[in-house]
Amino acid sequence: MIAINSKTEGLIEWLTLVGEVDASSSIELDKAMEASLKNGTKKLLVNCEGLEYISSAGLGVFMSYLEPFRKSGVRMVIYGLNDKVMNVFSILGLDELIKIATNQEDAQTVIDQA
Amino acid sequence: MPKPSLIKHSYKVSCAKDKLREIRIFVENSLKDHVPSEVDRANIIMAIDEVCANLIIHSNNCDPDKNFEVIIEVEKDKEIIFQIVDQGVGFNLERYREPDLKYLMAEQRKGGMGLMFVVRVMDDVKFTTRSKKNICRLVKRLNGQ
Repeated sequence: MIAINSKTEGLIEWLTLVGEVDASSSIELDKAMEASLKNGTKKLLVNCEGLEYISSAGLGVFMSYLEPFRKSGVRMVIYGLNDKVMNVFSILGLDELIKIATNQEDAQTVIDQA
Repeated sequence: MPKPSLIKHSYKVSCAKDKLREIRIFVENSLKDHVPSEVDRANIIMAIDEVCANLIIHSNNCDPDKNFEVIIEVEKDKEIIFQIVDQGVGFNLERYREPDLKYLMAEQRKGGMGLMFVVRVMDDVKFTTRSKKNICRLVKRLNGQ
């Protein structure tokens, strides 16, 4: 349902999400985020170009790591959201709390400025 | 006697989280001829997914031996009425207060946004319990589609 691929270069990690995150698969996203926190990642770029759907269970995973990331000095930017997924972030107001970029290049700029 | 313009779809499914995808496909297929905007359709599908996930997890404790039903009635060019019917623990919407996102963030809470989304997307949301049967009734008006 969701395939998550992680690539790390030093303190930078790219997480690529492909598929759908719902109440049955959000645990996979949770595990990946927990691993990022434990692995000492300082810049986390989440590629959502292949993310077709995310329910509140998946959004809740992103939200639940904002505070631990802040305390550990981890910067996170998610990018490449399709219109449907971006709309969900806007309806809930998550675009005010989570850094969102349009594409990888933009994400790189945003994370360097964060 | 049903109204001539009323189209009805229903789907009965067990209370297991891995059924959520099937339900989303059922809702998508039921809506595609009536909600042309892909974004609007996606919002409605997610709202139904949120109600079904809550019902499976909180009302029925993910018991696959229990079933629930999703009924969709489309009154063409007017409104879509969704009824999600189960026999688990009922929910009282009157006690619901929309959580503050900053509170959820500070408390590292993963839950709390599903119903918030449902209430923001749907035009009417009601939960009723009668004769041990819970009905979540959601209305989405089609004006301006």
